[in-house]
Amino acid sequence: MFIINCPYCGERDQTEFTCHGEAHIARPDNPSEISDEEWGRYLFFRENPKGIHFERWTHDHGCRRWFNVMRDTVTDQIIKTYKMGEAKPEISNE
Amino acid sequence: MKYSLYNLVKNSFSYHENWEKAWSSPDLKPEYDVVIVGGGGHGLGTAYYLAKEFGVKNIAVLEKGWIGGGNTGRNTTIIRSNYLWDESAALYNHAVNLWEGLSSELNFNVMFSQRGLFHLAHSVHDMQEITRRGYSNYLNGIDAEILNQDQVAKKIPHINVNGRYPVLGALLQRRAGTARHDAVAWGYARAAENLGVDIIQNCEVKGIDISNGKVVGLQTTKGSVKVDKVGLVPAGHSSVLANMAGFSLPINSVPLQALVSEPVKPILDCVIMSNSVHVYVSQSDKGELVVGAGSDAYNSYSQRGSFDMIEHMMAPLVELFPIFSRLKMLRSWGGIVDVTPDRSPIIGKTPVKDLFINCGWGTGGFKATPGSAHVFAETVFRGEPNDIAAPFSLERHFSGALVDEAAAAAVAH
Repeated sequence: MFIINCPYCGERDQTEFTCHGEAHIARPDNPSEISDEEWGRYLFFRENPKGIHFERWTHDHGCRRWFNVMRDTVTDQIIKTYKMGEAKPEISNE
Repeated sequence: MKYSLYNLVKNSFSYHENWEKAWSSPDLKPEYDVVIVGGGGHGLGTAYYLAKEFGVKNIAVLEKGWIGGGNTGRNTTIIRSNYLWDESAALYNHAVNLWEGLSSELNFNVMFSQRGLFHLAHSVHDMQEITRRGYSNYLNGIDAEILNQDQVAKKIPHINVNGRYPVLGALLQRRAGTARHDAVAWGYARAAENLGVDIIQNCEVKGIDISNGKVVGLQTTKGSVKVDKVGLVPAGHSSVLANMAGFSLPINSVPLQALVSEPVKPILDCVIMSNSVHVYVSQSDKGELVVGAGSDAYNSYSQRGSFDMIEHMMAPLVELFPIFSRLKMLRSWGGIVDVTPDRSPIIGKTPVKDLFINCGWGTGGFKATPGSAHVFAETVFRGEPNDIAAPFSLERHFSGALVDEAAAAAVAH
């Protein structure tokens, strides 16, 4: 994971980027109606998988834009980077 | 065999070749009253206190690797209890109280050294933070001294108080210090086995059997086992085990690394921490400087930190102690720590009956080892947390009663 491929700038050194945790978490549409447990789960509970993880990164010392990364948390190998709003890639069973 | 002067002399006649093994490697039995998953200090300690204080007879500790090979043997061995909030102060000070008697309790020298810890302040804000925390410590009966710049310069040899981020003062806890981390695991393992606990190494849990919402068994790499109660004390792999039992946790697992220098003669007789420039350092009994800093921001199970973090650790160290600039660093290593949103642990019940969890110690679990093990043993035995453990329930993430040590005090441990 020494080089990260920013979808906007191309390959740059890892030190230019910051990780901001799990991606694809939607804020509930109706916060006033859901239970404390559902709200707690939205705020705090995370997948934290040992394996493929989808996460948000920013290119702080570059374009300063946010994007998503598909990465293996066992090897730290980045499988794919993609723009915000794009669909979550499929996990293949190779 | 008790470790004593008598036995030391007696064994010297046989050239110390006939000492008993400190603990054996028994086979996994088909059934246990309590199984503790995770053979680090917290897990072994839990088994020890369950056997000693609550008289539980049939206990096993399952360890995926070897005793002391996980985070217990990978930390920077710092022990302190000067936390801001009452809940944390009670928990961590319970640990310090137990640390003080631990070597004689276990009949194993854990080399607990109360050499004092200085938490440095580099700005007006830092001074206000340590003053607030110092007074909070007084109120909780925890020793704390607020020092100014001159006092810091006088007490800490070779410190540079006029660097890029000048040292304006420090919060000193004299009861804080270090211990030999391996000895903590070994001491608890030996003492637990003397009370009849089976310590099963190289035994990974692969599945958790649940029937009608109650835990009934475990599937392991050494076969299946029936259980009445289970305590999960897995550190980095907390989420992995929780997923096996069908629930999730408010935890992210991230790498935290440390490194040691070549050994030198005694030069630093205390523990130094700084949150603002972010480094902590002490000198081990072997003479190595033991240096740590912050964790990486990304999730990982690789047991390896990022390369650039090493520079982030060294830069403030050399700024604070220019005399260390020509020391060579010998080794660096990483551990995987399970971090909660409020940087406080999770101790207590889970959605599964008779399955208890003690996790989320993040970057600062070592200092709490005896206290954590002691309150968790009671939690497992009674089925309910005691007063010290109660605020650290999983439920606090729904009620909102977080014990927010991240924002308030001492992010770096």
